[in-house]
Order: sequence, then structure tokens, then C-alpha cells
Amino acid sequence: MVEDVEFSSYYGRPIVKAPPWGDEIAIYLFLGGLAGGSSLLGLGAQFSDRPGLRIATRLTAITATAAGGAALVSDLGRPERFLNMMRVFKVSSPMSLGTWILSGFGVGSGVLTAIEVDRLTGQRLPLGPLRRVLHAMETPAALESALFATPLAAYTGALLGDTAVPTWNAAGRSGLSFVFVSSAAVAAGGAAMALAPVGETGPARLLALAGSAGDVIGMDQMKKGMHPAEVDPLEDGEPGRKLHRAEKLLIAGAVGTAAVEVGARVFAKKVAQGAGAGGVGTGGAGSSSRNWKTRAALRALSVVSGAALAAASAYTRFGVLEAGIESTKDPRHVVEPQRARLEDRRARGIVDDSITTGT
Amino acid sequence: MSTTTVDDNAVADGHWHGSAHERKGFFTDTSICIGCKACEVACKEWNNNPQDGTFELLGSSYDNTGSLGANTWRHVAFVEQDGERIEAARESGRKLVNLGMPSIRPRTDESEAKPLDGALGAAESGSAGAGASGGGLPETPPMGIDLLAPGALEPSDPEDIANMDTTPPDTEDFRWLMSSDVCKHCTHAGCLDVCPTGALFRTEFDTVVVQNDVCNGCGTCVAGCPFGVIERRDDGTINTPTDRDDRKAADMDVPDKNTANKCTLCYDRLVDGQEPACAQTCPTESIKFGDHEDMVDKAHTRVADLHAKGMTEARLYGANPNDGVGGTGSVFLILDEPEVYGLPPDPRVPTKDLPQMYASAGMAALGMFAAAGLAFLGSKR
Repeated sequence: MVEDVEFSSYYGRPIVKAPPWGDEIAIYLFLGGLAGGSSLLGLGAQFSDRPGLRIATRLTAITATAAGGAALVSDLGRPERFLNMMRVFKVSSPMSLGTWILSGFGVGSGVLTAIEVDRLTGQRLPLGPLRRVLHAMETPAALESALFATPLAAYTGALLGDTAVPTWNAAGRSGLSFVFVSSAAVAAGGAAMALAPVGETGPARLLALAGSAGDVIGMDQMKKGMHPAEVDPLEDGEPGRKLHRAEKLLIAGAVGTAAVEVGARVFAKKVAQGAGAGGVGTGGAGSSSRNWKTRAALRALSVVSGAALAAASAYTRFGVLEAGIESTKDPRHVVEPQRARLEDRRARGIVDDSITTGT
Repeated sequence: MSTTTVDDNAVADGHWHGSAHERKGFFTDTSICIGCKACEVACKEWNNNPQDGTFELLGSSYDNTGSLGANTWRHVAFVEQDGERIEAARESGRKLVNLGMPSIRPRTDESEAKPLDGALGAAESGSAGAGASGGGLPETPPMGIDLLAPGALEPSDPEDIANMDTTPPDTEDFRWLMSSDVCKHCTHAGCLDVCPTGALFRTEFDTVVVQNDVCNGCGTCVAGCPFGVIERRDDGTINTPTDRDDRKAADMDVPDKNTANKCTLCYDRLVDGQEPACAQTCPTESIKFGDHEDMVDKAHTRVADLHAKGMTEARLYGANPNDGVGGTGSVFLILDEPEVYGLPPDPRVPTKDLPQMYASAGMAALGMFAAAGLAFLGSKR
């Protein structure tokens, strides 16, 4: 029962302020998820002996971490003071927690990158006796970075949720983290599909498909848990267009991924032949031109689908970030849900917790 | 006032325990604000805050400041209302009182003839004839209450009133709301909770202050404030854009650029035993400063006084320790719904949702880990 149906405001001015977060933060959300998901795929690839997938995902993870960190720093008002983030460890601040998660993740990811670079250059890094130490650290480092990987992908849901920005806050309370880890799985799976040979990217495809399903379901569930005035910015305007585009790319990419997966299983022998010969995935010389053509077609579809999935993830992050910023501009998004919850509490007989009091 | 237990769900309340100082705060009584903006000027002067905007007219009555922000720590709102809106405000205020909030009484007591506290109860028994409304509050008298008339706010003495010109300058079909907004210095401060550098801190006066030499301008606090108070100082200038050659602009840097800025409750003055600049300059004492407890008491007394005079539109904002931010250090008396002044009607410190959000993020993280594991198990070669 909402009695005060007429919405009033102070000259239509915003009530809450949008944080000064630009594209860099959206890029970081995407890259953080990509890094986390890639690290998981890298760990699995190490244990399941998929060298092409392992190298591709590890290099993706460190690139995304470095670029994401740089994006975060560049969005600071005083980038030269970014180390002030390390002054405190503060649980009530998801930004603080995230800084430590990203740092923890970066350590393991960095060690793994050094190992892979050393391998790829034929042990040409000037390491001397330290080479053995470095390579002995491979499994501990892989486990360490994997430990931080999923928190890295998930905490951003709490980061946006723990704000007074109406759309983010409502989304955070309604499972934004599930959407974000799904999106991270989609991005990492997609990137691996684009960068590693088809024969090795089976897990990436399955992860991407699971992520796609999670993304669609999670987004739907999330919107159901939100007030209509909080959902609107996710559906209207430029952020809405981005999220619609994300959905289209996601579905197209998922269909393509499923096709590649079916193809890879049907032509398992031909694919395995190629992977065995080609290593990192430069195609390799098949035993016959028909095998080569099959592999090339699958690989092309894999690259296109993977790219579509990664793009879908990026659009999702941009869409959600911008929808929140949009939701601060019109006080309707603040007042209507707050009025509704206030009236709802009053209807339930809770009348002692309003900020406005008659006595 | 209410002594019900304060909700402690927020992660950090940041109170100083065993501090030598009482919690300090404002009581901004907008019913006696004359809109002179002396508080805005005094605040700017004292805190050396840069200019906001380009002196353009905003087309919102006499408010050309717009809103609180990095460079504006006191903001006077101007609202012009017609008779219909006045009546609506009286009605909504009356409802609010009848809800009995904040209630330490059981809800069932509402309909009973139990007297309301203090002056409100007195008013009710005094207007027994008009009791047909059944609400517990007197109907608004036909003539407007003239707050600006000399002596209107003093305890009324019939002899004095008889000799006075009692023609009200206010009319029944128009009123001007003027309200000086400021940082709320919340009990559960969202900005303070989410600050990742520790630049924001709780002072010994239980106020919330930014250390600008620590802040790295990440902007998380901006999103964390449910009142839209704190802001990163990305622009702002000491010099006016109309600076001409003949009027040499002072060569002055914008202080604390690109860091978060907001009202400090004049921390630098408090440590010297002074009161904040805005409170000291306010000519009508619309802005009162003192111990938070006294401010809340004053607010309760004042709203009861106004109700007794028939101004049912009067209500308090921030005086309830059970609200979404644990009560505010800056308490307001307002004459309409909060959103009319640009205040949120049901603010809630976002940190209150954080434990649940962390739990959900944890579940999501585990789910992702499991999905990755299954992906590898599902594609054995």
C-alpha cells in the first residue's frame, strides 16, 4: 500500500551522487573477472596436462591483472597515492578487500607468468640457480592465485552493491555477485577458446556455457528481486542497450560454443591429431587436407564464439556500471523504492525506524 | 526520547568510547530559517572552499547553489509551495504523528485516548471541542501561524499579543520553505565504512572527517553516502570565469584537488573550543550547535511546540537512533516530506547490507570454483 503516489523532489535534482567512476572501472570489472576465471582454467590445465590452454590462460590472467590494476589506479583522483590503499585492511570496505584480493592474486599470477615466459624463451631468463626455485613454485603459485581467483571475480558484486547508488545497491542485495562470477566464467572461457587450440579448450567451453546459463538466470533473478524503479536503468537508455547487446552476444556466443563442443566431440580424433601436432595452436600440419579443414573450421568458430562471449561479458560490466550511474541522476530511482519499503514496513506494523519522526 | 536499543547490524559504528568529548552535532530548525545563506558564505570563507559553478541562475527559486558537494558544505534550499502543497504537508505530518514514531508504545495504544507527550498532549486536551478528527492533533487553525512576527516564538502572553499587529505576512495559499542542508555526520556513516585508505575517520567529537593528505580520490565514499553529501573535488575554482584583465585573478590553487571533500563540522574550530562557522553566523539561530544529546532534546521540544501551535507539518529528520543510519549527528526540523528538500525518505547505510552481500559473493565464488572443476571433469580426454 503506497499512499503517497505523487512523487516529489527538489527541482528534480539528484539525491545521491554517482561516484566518479568512468570506463576504467567497467574495464577493470571485466578484466578482474577475466583474470580470475583464466587462473582457474590455468590451474585445471596444469593438472590435466593441457599445455596450450595453460599458457594461454596464464598469460591472459597476468595481462588482465596488470591492465586492470592500471585502470584502477588511473581512475583515482590522486593516482600517485594508490599505495595508500595498502595502509589498512578494512572488512567494511569492499574496495579495501578487493585491493588485497587483487594483490594476492597478482603475486601467484606473476610467478606463473615468469615460469611460462622462461619456458617459452627456452630458459633464457637470467635466473641462474634461482631457476629451480622458480619452477618449484609452480604448483604453490597456481594454487595461491586460484585461491584468490574466485573472490576476485565475485567481490565486485559487493563493491557495487555496498553503495547508496540505488540500482547497484538493489542489485547487490539481489545477487549481483552471481551475475558477475557468471560473466567472469563467460569471459575467461571465451578468451581461452579464442587463444588456445580447440582440442584443449573443452573445459573452457563448458565453463563458458555454464557461465552463460548463470548470467542469464542470475540477471533475471536479480531483476526480480529489485524495485521496478531500480530495474529501469538496467533496461532503458544507453546502459539498457549495452545490456541487451550483451545478451545477444552471449546467446550467439553460447550457441557457437555449443557447436564447437559438439564438433570437437564428433571429430575428436581429427582434433586431437591437430592438437598433438600443433601445440600452442598455430594449426599444425594434419595428415590430410580434410582433417585440416575440419580443424580450421572448428578453430575459426571457436575464435569467433569466444570473442563474442568475451565481448558479452564486457558489455555486461559496462551496462551494469553505467546503469548505476544513471540511476543516481533521477531522484525517482531513490525516492520510489525508499518510499515503498518505508510504507511496507509501516504496513507490517514497524513504525519505529523511520528517519522522519512526528515527535 | 526513545531509548530502544540501537540496531547494531552495521559493521562499524565507529563511536569513540571513553572520549573526553560529548558527541557534537547540529540542530537545524528550518522553520526559522530566513534563507539569508550566511551559513553558506561563512562555511566557504572559513574552509577556503572553491567556487561552485559559474554563478549562473539555476531557476530554482533563490537557490543558485544547487546541492551539497565537494565545494559546498552548507546548502540552503528554497522551495515555493501553494496552498494545496501546504495542506498536503500538514496532512502527511499529522499522519506521521499519529503513527507514534519513534514508538516506544505498543502500536495498539494509538487509537486510545492516551495523551501524547508534552506540549502535544496539552494541545490535544486544549482543543477538546475539535476532537472529532480523532487523530490526537488539533486541526490547523484557520489563520496561518506567523513565525516571523515578533514574539511569535516566545511563550504566548495574552496581554502582549493584544497590543501587537497580528496580521500574518504569510498567506494560507503560499509558503516558502528554506532549509540549510549539511553533512549528517551519521552514527553509521557509509562514507567512513567504505573508505579503503582510512582517510575518513571518526573524530573525538563523533563527527566524520576526511584527511585530505591521505585520500587518494578513489571515490568509493561518494557512492557510499546515502545523502549525496561527500564528493570528489574534481573541479572548482577560486577564480571566477569572468575574470578580466582589469581585475587580476588571484593566483591561487584549488586546495585538496581530486580528493574527497565534505563538511568537517569545523573540526579545526572544535578542537579550539569554537563552534562551527555556519552555526556561529546564523542570525536566527536556525542552525544550532552543541552536544548531540541536547540538540536532539531541543528538536523534540521544538517540534512539540510547533504541533501545539497547529503546525502539524513540522517533523524531525535524523532524530531517531533506530533509522537506517543509526540517527544523524545533524538533526533537522523540516516542514514537509524529506524528498521535497532533496533528502532521502528512508536512507540506509549500505554497509548494513554488506554481510549479506559478502555471503552471497562467497557463495558465488564457490559456485564458480565448482563450475570450473566440473568443466574439467566433464571434458576428460
